[in-house]
Amino acid sequence: MSLQKLGLVELHKKFKAGEVTATEIVRSYFLRISQVEPKVKAFATQAKEAALVQAEGLDRKLKTWRKTNPLTGMPLAIKDNICTEGVLTTCSSRMLQNFVPPYDATVIAKLRAQEYILLGKTNLDEFAMGSSTENSAFGPSRNPWNLHCVPGGSSGGSAAAVAAEECVAALGSDTGGSIRQPAAFCGVVGLKPTYGRVSRYGLVAFASSLDQIGPITRDVADAAFLLQAIAGHDPMDSTSVDRSVPDYMKALQKRDLKALKIGVPVEFFTEGLDPDVEQAVRVAIGELKNLGAEIREIHLPSTGAAVAVYYVIATAEASSNLARFDGVKFGFRAKETKDLLELYMKTRQEGFGPEVKRRIMLGTYVLSAGYYDAYYGKAQAVRALVCQDFATAFKEVDLIVTPVTPTPAFRLGEKSEDPLQMYLSDIFTISANLAGLPAIALPCGFSKTGLPIGLQLIGRAFEEETMLRAARAYEQATQWHLKKPNIR
Amino acid sequence: MIFETVIGVEVHAQLRTNSKMFCGCGTTFGLSANSQTCPVCLGLPGSLPVINRTAVDMAIRAGLALNCTIATNNRFARKNYFYPDLPKGYQISQYESPICQHGWIEIRGGSGTKQIRIRRAHLEEDAGKNIHETGTSGSHVDLNRAGTPLLEIVTEPDMCSADEVVAYLRALREILMYLEVCDGNMEEGSFRCEPNLSLRPSRQKEFGTKVELKNINSFKYVKDAVEYEIKRQTKVLNEGGTIRQETRLWNIERGETAVMRSKEEAHDYRYFPDPDLVPLKLDDEWIEGFRADLPELPTVRTKRFMSDYGLPEYDATILTASKGMADYFEVCVKQFNQPKTVSNWVMGELTRELNNSRTDISASPVTSERLVSLLQMVDKGTISLKVAREIFPDLYRSGKTPEQIVQERGLTQVSDEGALAKLIEEVLNKNPAQVAQFKEGKQQVLGFLVGQVMKASGGKANPGKANDLLKKKLSI
Amino acid sequence: MEITQQDVEKVAQLARLAVSAAEKETFAKQLTQILAHVDTLNQYDTAGIEPIATVMGQVNVFREDLVRPSLPSEMALANAPEREAEGFVVPKIIEER
Repeated sequence: MSLQKLGLVELHKKFKAGEVTATEIVRSYFLRISQVEPKVKAFATQAKEAALVQAEGLDRKLKTWRKTNPLTGMPLAIKDNICTEGVLTTCSSRMLQNFVPPYDATVIAKLRAQEYILLGKTNLDEFAMGSSTENSAFGPSRNPWNLHCVPGGSSGGSAAAVAAEECVAALGSDTGGSIRQPAAFCGVVGLKPTYGRVSRYGLVAFASSLDQIGPITRDVADAAFLLQAIAGHDPMDSTSVDRSVPDYMKALQKRDLKALKIGVPVEFFTEGLDPDVEQAVRVAIGELKNLGAEIREIHLPSTGAAVAVYYVIATAEASSNLARFDGVKFGFRAKETKDLLELYMKTRQEGFGPEVKRRIMLGTYVLSAGYYDAYYGKAQAVRALVCQDFATAFKEVDLIVTPVTPTPAFRLGEKSEDPLQMYLSDIFTISANLAGLPAIALPCGFSKTGLPIGLQLIGRAFEEETMLRAARAYEQATQWHLKKPNIR
Repeated sequence: MIFETVIGVEVHAQLRTNSKMFCGCGTTFGLSANSQTCPVCLGLPGSLPVINRTAVDMAIRAGLALNCTIATNNRFARKNYFYPDLPKGYQISQYESPICQHGWIEIRGGSGTKQIRIRRAHLEEDAGKNIHETGTSGSHVDLNRAGTPLLEIVTEPDMCSADEVVAYLRALREILMYLEVCDGNMEEGSFRCEPNLSLRPSRQKEFGTKVELKNINSFKYVKDAVEYEIKRQTKVLNEGGTIRQETRLWNIERGETAVMRSKEEAHDYRYFPDPDLVPLKLDDEWIEGFRADLPELPTVRTKRFMSDYGLPEYDATILTASKGMADYFEVCVKQFNQPKTVSNWVMGELTRELNNSRTDISASPVTSERLVSLLQMVDKGTISLKVAREIFPDLYRSGKTPEQIVQERGLTQVSDEGALAKLIEEVLNKNPAQVAQFKEGKQQVLGFLVGQVMKASGGKANPGKANDLLKKKLSI
Repeated sequence: MEITQQDVEKVAQLARLAVSAAEKETFAKQLTQILAHVDTLNQYDTAGIEPIATVMGQVNVFREDLVRPSLPSEMALANAPEREAEGFVVPKIIEER
């Protein structure tokens, strides 16, 4: 069995036992990358030289003193909006084409402390704004299951890399579904932790009150394993929550779901839901029931507002977060400008792509004098309603189950002309971000056209364990995660 | 036409924290450019702010001293605008819920005391500096100062003259320095003031068009700039012109204000709560704890110095203008209970030396103990007042105790009657003409003769005793 | 609400984003469409609802007033598009004197 067939937990066991060296792992992965990357285009930057040097160093060290951390020697891919000291961090934007951060994001510092190996930085929709990676300034990534289809976004590169076995696992970021939607499109597992569970320090901000870093992995156990490494309080991030991190792997051990109440929100099963997706999710809900869970119909009445709320709050925050890209301290600067104003205007015109500009425009508009209350104020109030919906629901149930996306992966170019349609396709994932809740996407079947379909479980705040346990039980019972794409 | 001047003042006071408002960089002034920065204050992508607790504490203490209400619920907002010295493209400030509101302070002017209302005081981060050197094609940006904590203190338009503005600023600066929350250094920009000023025909209710004044870094320039601006606006209005809403810079060399930018195109700062920071919830215990710990403030202390020590208002005001000086004074008086004498020395000799060597009283080489022993030596007659004054500069510079200096130089006052008698004898012998005059009834000659005795003793003779002995001798 | 090309121009100026004639047209159309969807929020009754400040409800997160090492200025300036000596360089600012 070739090395890249192994998931993170298994590879770790094998490495810890000394059955494989870090150098072998890295060589094997770069061989795989060289074979499939030209088709998948998951990476923005590959770090082959550094990875090999690091692997050899690790192997030398381990010869004399065999002590490993859970991630020692594990080859990971990191979404290119997470700062890596000394390694390009472009956000797939022309604006940061040459940006080399002088510091590590907290999650990277944690991984580094565990001696992980960085294979490369993965492609995304520019500044994480999009659902397809088509908004990358460096070209879209492809869905390993069908190269004419998008891998989803914005963490499309990370999801595609995991699905194509170009890395053992990856990190993504999720603002409105950017981990879960590409995971669903690519048939892998994607977890968005509770807001505040994982530090945002060093994640290039899109929408600060919604962003969260999380794992994209081959299976649920790997997601738990990687979450364990990145979760925890960070004094550098005021919004990170000071709460102890439970043992997520231990939470997976309980296999049946007896005494677990799972809610099915009727608002998520409405028109526009692809019949294949609905069918697969309904069957999956049946499976959860078979595993012992009690299934209940619930209501989340403000669901219909989620997209509108999201596009006001996210763009407002983004318009401000992206003001620092002005051509002064770092990043792209337009040539031959006659004065400061023109330097700003042209730098930002030439440095940002159309979707980013559209969102900056929208966000600037909703915050501008005279419109703040009608848009931003209103959206914050309705956001409170969305939170209340969940609070009410979670008095009754322990988990909520929904589809991840209304449709399976769409074809490249299919939606890029209609931003509103693209936005509306985030409808099932956005609510969890608005309420800050943890949510996981995992494979639950395939469409008639052979594309993966995802199941979403949403949990109570800081109850990732319950969510992981149910997801793992379902995964073990169904084995959808073992299906692999044939890349061609 | 007669116009009435309406003035409000905005002050930006740098808080004396060790580190910046939202990151661990230091706040030292005058370092080489961009050497006091980090990902947070450079606004690098991905970096996040965390609130400096001490800055919040200082803001609360300042607010209490300014008689403000402290908002138990307040938070930070982003003020969005583009400028090269603003690394994130927004300034973290407070908008809807400033930490301090509705306060007042008392100022004293020619016509008694007056209350100036404080509208609000809020926390924010400072910007960096744009440096425009002549002869270069571009401007340079230095972000060392970016992120330094500021308290922005805004008054109601309660002042009506340059003198009132200066009195307000002096009083405010004293309070902040008393609290040790601001070093008050105007030259280095730790206490920056921006008066805004409008004129209206007297008895008119509506305010006139407001002009903001900037680039004023001393009290003298505050007075000059405000007075200039009142004259300028009066002239414009009397000539039938209109005042434009604008910001004007004080030009030191030319002694006039000149327009910096016109505010006709109003800014739209798009304030919104900063999602990177969580709200502040200040409970009463926290606030009341600071209230209980508040030091006695200058105006109260001035009054107490007058009543407790019987000092004239002039002395009391000067001594209490800085907390260090007032503290020094009180320590001295505890050990040497002649307040007016201590006051004279502190305001006179000591202040002169401190000013000459640009030293703060807290670092004075003449400690309160040394000043007290010097004064005690005079009081006991060990040395003369004149000697004490003469040796003060040496006492200040040498690091020696007054006893050492007096001993080394043999300056102990001669009070011994035998020794004095000998000196008097010599003086009388040398000045027979004056002796004769005295005996003819010219009393004023006595002063001359005492002077001669002092001279002969090298200043060491006890003048009182010498006087008495001389009289005795001459009347025989 | 209809977003006009003049609105787009005004907002673009605020956002320091130069927009071409074609972009003006597209943005006006798209923003109108998106904001029409956003207007559906008015169906939701939010009277008496406190807009949320933070989803996790935290307050009072501070750091202690301790100085930590700054970046060496070489690193601070490393990504500068234009620099001279220890400063970032921008076109001469003429607003101030």
